[in-house]
Amino acid sequence: MALLEVKDLEVYYGVIRALKGISFEVSKGEIVTLIGANGAGKTTIMQSVIGLIPARAGTVIYNGTDITRLPCHKVVGLGMTQVPEGRRVFQELSVHDNLLMGAYSSKDKKQIKKDVERICQWFPRLGERLTQIAGTLSGGEQQMLAMGRAMMSHPDLLMLDEPSMGLSPLLVDEVFEIIQEFRKDGTTILLVEQNAGKSLAISDRAYVLENGRIVLSGTGKELMESEEVKKAYLGG
Amino acid sequence: MNIVSGLINGLSLGAIYALIALGYTMVYGIARMLNFAHGDIIMVGAYAIYFAVGISDNPVVSILGSIVFAILICTLMGVITEGLAYRPLRGASPLAVLITAIGVSYFLQGIAQMAFGAKALPITLPNLGTIRLFGTSISVGTIITLILGLILMLALTLFVKYTRTGRAMLAVSEDNGAAQLMGVNVNRIIMLTFAIGSALAAFASLFYLFSIPSVDPKLGSMPGIKAFAAAVIGGIGSIPGAVIGGLLLGLIENVCKTVPGLSQYTLAIEFGILILMLLIRPIGILGKKRRVKV
Repeated sequence: MALLEVKDLEVYYGVIRALKGISFEVSKGEIVTLIGANGAGKTTIMQSVIGLIPARAGTVIYNGTDITRLPCHKVVGLGMTQVPEGRRVFQELSVHDNLLMGAYSSKDKKQIKKDVERICQWFPRLGERLTQIAGTLSGGEQQMLAMGRAMMSHPDLLMLDEPSMGLSPLLVDEVFEIIQEFRKDGTTILLVEQNAGKSLAISDRAYVLENGRIVLSGTGKELMESEEVKKAYLGG
Repeated sequence: MNIVSGLINGLSLGAIYALIALGYTMVYGIARMLNFAHGDIIMVGAYAIYFAVGISDNPVVSILGSIVFAILICTLMGVITEGLAYRPLRGASPLAVLITAIGVSYFLQGIAQMAFGAKALPITLPNLGTIRLFGTSISVGTIITLILGLILMLALTLFVKYTRTGRAMLAVSEDNGAAQLMGVNVNRIIMLTFAIGSALAAFASLFYLFSIPSVDPKLGSMPGIKAFAAAVIGGIGSIPGAVIGGLLLGLIENVCKTVPGLSQYTLAIEFGILILMLLIRPIGILGKKRRVKV
């Protein structure tokens, strides 16, 4: 059974139809990627699935529960979380407080303390900077913090919206490695990326998005070899 | 009038403004709205104290009883106005929310006038007396205002900094959407913010009555608008900013009132400082430039 099942999802911004009936699914343990150009509707899908933007039509089923009309904070409580586009770490809070915010739904202080240590093992740089104010971190460190913060809640499904945006090639590699680590840890991954090459390489399956519609789907490998994808997203 | 008593009286008055300013600034930071009905919560608290103060002849019981009653009524009123008037407007244009807030302000005043009349009702708080300090006599009410006021501000600061809920408040104030992604119920946080702001306003009511012991439906307007000025001077959205702005305004007001010839210009000077601040540094003393989100 699919962990996440999105059916005929439609989202409007005013009168503009941003998503024109999107259907896809993510099974437990998979890495699934949505690729597409700017404005294709990737971020809209992410925000709509998690309940930040209301859907006009369609359904979102998570773990057998219909979450289409559920507010974001309740969806998060069900074990889904998101690293939003542009990281959006809390600039004025310390690194440690940002991680604690990631564990907001939990009240088990001992477990939270353990989880902070676990995150610091994944991201040693964060461990060295726990008391630093997040706004003073570099872009790469902020991305690590955003990912660590999301993992604080032990999500079953982690959605990442353009995690490689604005990072140096070296850091991009690091991010993709960590995503695979997360999967090994038992987290299902839904990834949205413009960096099609890197993300298809680590994906089990992927969907290609154009103008609010899914135009192509297949395994990561199939899509990497598809002529259309090569032309449009992999630079020939 | 020597410097010490001037300082204490000024800071004490400033503590009242600061307590009210905290309500403005927290609500602005978290719900992005100017709650112009906040001043009228002080009026609500003052009426609550008016009716509760007679419960006992023992001055301590009478004061404690009336502050507890005032906190209850103010908190309730704050949460009700938020739920009925502001919550339905979440996501509406800021102008609509602002006009609603002004409407709520007049509504509360109107209700008070219908219920208790337009005339000022004198209120007899227990006489707490005065004490001699540094060679001058200072009223005990003033001392209580200053000390308890500072304790409340400290408690609020610690609450926001070191508790899970306090962190959520900071998170919502910085990035509402990201806070929701952490599982924060933003409506609950906003309600809580109104509750805390209103409870602080209840203390402000009591402290205000220490110096001017009479109650009328418009009692909250002037301290409310001055505290709003204090919040803007300190940097609206910033908790320490509201404290600094409030204390500063209290000191300035006290100086104006004690310097001969200056007292009739008190209001002009206070709001003149607000205008100056808006010209020189519109974000206030501790205000931060907000990142513009695309």
